[in-house]
Amino acid sequence: MSGAKEKRTAQAAEAGHWGKDVRSDLHVSLEPSDSGGLEITLESRVSAYYGTSILAQTRQVLETLGVKHARVAIHDEGALPFVISSRIETAVKRAGLGSGKKAMPEKVALPASSARDRLRRSRLYLPGSEPKYFINASLHQPDAIILDLEDSVHHAEKDAARILVRNALRAVDFGDCERMLRINQLPLGLEDLVELIPEQPDLVLVPKVEHPGQIAEVDRMIGELKARQDINRAIWLMPIIESALGIENAFAIVAASPNVVALTIGLEDYTADLGVARTVDGRESLYARSRIVNASRAAGVQAIDSVFSDVADMEALRQWGENSRALGFEGMGCIHPSQIPVVHAAFSPSPAEVEKAEKIVAAFEEAQQRGLGVVSLGSKMIDPPVVQRAQKLVTRAKATKQ
Amino acid sequence: MSERVELAHNAAGRKVPSVVNGRPQIPYLGVGKYQVRGRKAAPPLRSNKDYPDNGDKRLPDLTTALKKGGLRDGMVISNHHHLRDGDRVALMALEAAAKLGIRDLTWFPSASFPSQKSAIDLMQSGVIHHIEGSMNGPLGDYCSQGKMRGTGVLRSHGGRWQAIQDGEVHIDIAIIAAPTADAFGNADGSHGKSACGSLGFALADSMYADTVIVVTDNLVPFPCIPWQIQGNNVDYVVEVDSIGDPAKIVSGTTQITRSPDRLRIAELVARFMREAGIMRNGFSFQAGAGGIALAFVDYLRRMMKEDGVKARFVRGGSTRYLVEMLHEGLTDYILDGQTFDLDAVKSIASDPRHVPTSPFTSYNYHGKGNFASMVDAVVLGATEVDVNFNGNVVTHSDGRLLHGIGGWQNCLFAKCTILAVPSFRDRIPVIVDEVTTLTGPGELIDVVVTERGIAINPQRQDLLDAVKGSNLPVRSIQEIKAEVEQICGGRPAKPKLGDRPVAVVKWVDGRVLDTVWQVG
Repeated sequence: MSGAKEKRTAQAAEAGHWGKDVRSDLHVSLEPSDSGGLEITLESRVSAYYGTSILAQTRQVLETLGVKHARVAIHDEGALPFVISSRIETAVKRAGLGSGKKAMPEKVALPASSARDRLRRSRLYLPGSEPKYFINASLHQPDAIILDLEDSVHHAEKDAARILVRNALRAVDFGDCERMLRINQLPLGLEDLVELIPEQPDLVLVPKVEHPGQIAEVDRMIGELKARQDINRAIWLMPIIESALGIENAFAIVAASPNVVALTIGLEDYTADLGVARTVDGRESLYARSRIVNASRAAGVQAIDSVFSDVADMEALRQWGENSRALGFEGMGCIHPSQIPVVHAAFSPSPAEVEKAEKIVAAFEEAQQRGLGVVSLGSKMIDPPVVQRAQKLVTRAKATKQ
Repeated sequence: MSERVELAHNAAGRKVPSVVNGRPQIPYLGVGKYQVRGRKAAPPLRSNKDYPDNGDKRLPDLTTALKKGGLRDGMVISNHHHLRDGDRVALMALEAAAKLGIRDLTWFPSASFPSQKSAIDLMQSGVIHHIEGSMNGPLGDYCSQGKMRGTGVLRSHGGRWQAIQDGEVHIDIAIIAAPTADAFGNADGSHGKSACGSLGFALADSMYADTVIVVTDNLVPFPCIPWQIQGNNVDYVVEVDSIGDPAKIVSGTTQITRSPDRLRIAELVARFMREAGIMRNGFSFQAGAGGIALAFVDYLRRMMKEDGVKARFVRGGSTRYLVEMLHEGLTDYILDGQTFDLDAVKSIASDPRHVPTSPFTSYNYHGKGNFASMVDAVVLGATEVDVNFNGNVVTHSDGRLLHGIGGWQNCLFAKCTILAVPSFRDRIPVIVDEVTTLTGPGELIDVVVTERGIAINPQRQDLLDAVKGSNLPVRSIQEIKAEVEQICGGRPAKPKLGDRPVAVVKWVDGRVLDTVWQVG
């Protein structure tokens, strides 16, 4: 046991947040000591209801992490149990204790594994260090949620976010949403995988991909971790291209692993790389976005658009979404729940389109029954690709209705 | 200090004191079970010979008016709260009484506000004996801790009218802040630098008090048009520099909530009203000025436009959102109980379709009907709801006083009463086994809308049938409660309450519905 060594390197540490404007989080400060057991103080806005429970949980987490002697001060702002465990574990690790140990919250039932070609119209970004957004995210019914470890997390909070997101994947019921995870840029992202693959996210977004090798590396790592944990369900990949070089390599990137199910683009970084401003109609990124669509179709995966950053302008969002669908994208990112219904509408076929497609499909089926080689609707001949497109559209319309 | 209290169980099974501030009380008997008899209270007879023929009732200052009004120890002094947190007149009157060496007053405001926290000093120095009216913030804490000498009495807006009219509270001197008035005492709330809109909460005070003093910072030559307070009820008029802080009287703009979860609740409420067929031509609704209620109005308004539906009247808590509906032709009238923002004040001052109302027309239960029960649907908040649909709006789950009742109890008589609440706040479940303080009986609460689903009171089979087959997330209240307890990590501990009553909650008929117990 490395107890003696730990004691020498142990230091005071803290984790989490508290204050008037903080909700559903807590702050833990921990001062390791050599003797005297655990001295825990608690201030909580919910102490009348959960004070005893928080103290018991704190002791249990510290015990699991092997911390026997410490002064621990907790300021709680109504954090849920999975958050409490996360913050305590982070403080313990920052103090140089508890190495190799984890305080895992109980697991909620794992949802059914996600299909390769499921609907991915919307994905709601959840900053990995903001626990208050997790619990109700699925109520807003995005097709997917993304637990983000990358750009929305300050570099000093990467360790905390990783533990918090791990606990969220175990303890939070995300309903019918696909549970996506955005890891950090490699190589830090590989460490994220070690901690998080055991919790079986449905899909991993890999940021700032420029070469197929990066996807191959992530894919290999996930494969090894899955084998080690005996995980059989699929964990898909969605590379994010955010540079001119990445765009040039788009097809090779998508083709780098059979687990890639979608390809997307990060327009803030991409436009920065070009040295141009991002506009509302996106003309500066038309080439890049078209390359994304083309590469995706060539590899048989979904093309997914970037996010729209003005959360107040729903009309502009609608226009962006409709344009994006017209270019061949099948979905986009959302940074606020209010964007979700607008995005869903934009990426769903209109009633007129559906009606026309249904007529074409019906004409095709009738022609098949009558053994005719040529499909016609009214006075018009219908070519096979038109039939195929109509079939796709009808299938999609059925899926989006649910 | 505290009187020795005998406690009785009322019809809701709650323990309530049988005597409050020396007056015997009848425990709550059930909804519609108490039969009131007798005649209304009345102010003393007066004669024109004692008032100036030229109609000029002005006095130089409030102290003179209080003295002439016969202010004595132990009297009941009243104020209205239309100036909200910006009011200066209530404290002006109480401090003038303090300077005159007066003690043991009962302060009877229609509501108190945090900026009036120096009333605590006046209670400590003995000027005020106790407060009968809503208490929150520092005053709520003071009362909750058992520091007030008498027992707080919490009434709804309609219950306040009922108590005055039935003679349960006799106002000795009413001091009415008036944004505009003439020297005869006619007063209006919609004009002047301190405009606040409706003055309805002061109407009963003006009709039933022994002495009525109007205090204004905008004296106009007779006649003050329009008037909501009739000068014929007024004894004295006092002119002051300022009756309040305009910035705190009305908010510049009322804000819709930005919280995605609360927006979801608001949208579900609107969708429920549409799916249940409540939103139809000629319907009516009431919603307050809280974040969820405002967002609800915005969603409903969009749906009304989509469906080409128009309301006959809306009630509020009026804000810019209701005013815009009026301008868009989505409602024929606004029946206004209180006026929250600048747009609403401008509207009530200029648009004859935007009408001030009073607790008499809207809320009084001992009358020949009221508006609240004629409303098709009302959207309200609550701090807790229990599995029997009982609601709490006055205390926090730990028993501390948090809100006044306002019009909440009175509104429960609407044809469809909807509570729009988050299922938990900061880990504290809102849906509980039993409310901490019973403020509204579950038989009057029809629908509870949370972000996790819509629970319909099983007694309302008609509503359950009306939304059958819709894609609304209708669930049982027990199911939502169980889910929330799972998220919050188990059932919360029951906070320990003291055994001394610090306030009582009156039902709309003046009977005692529940007790607020000392905390901490």
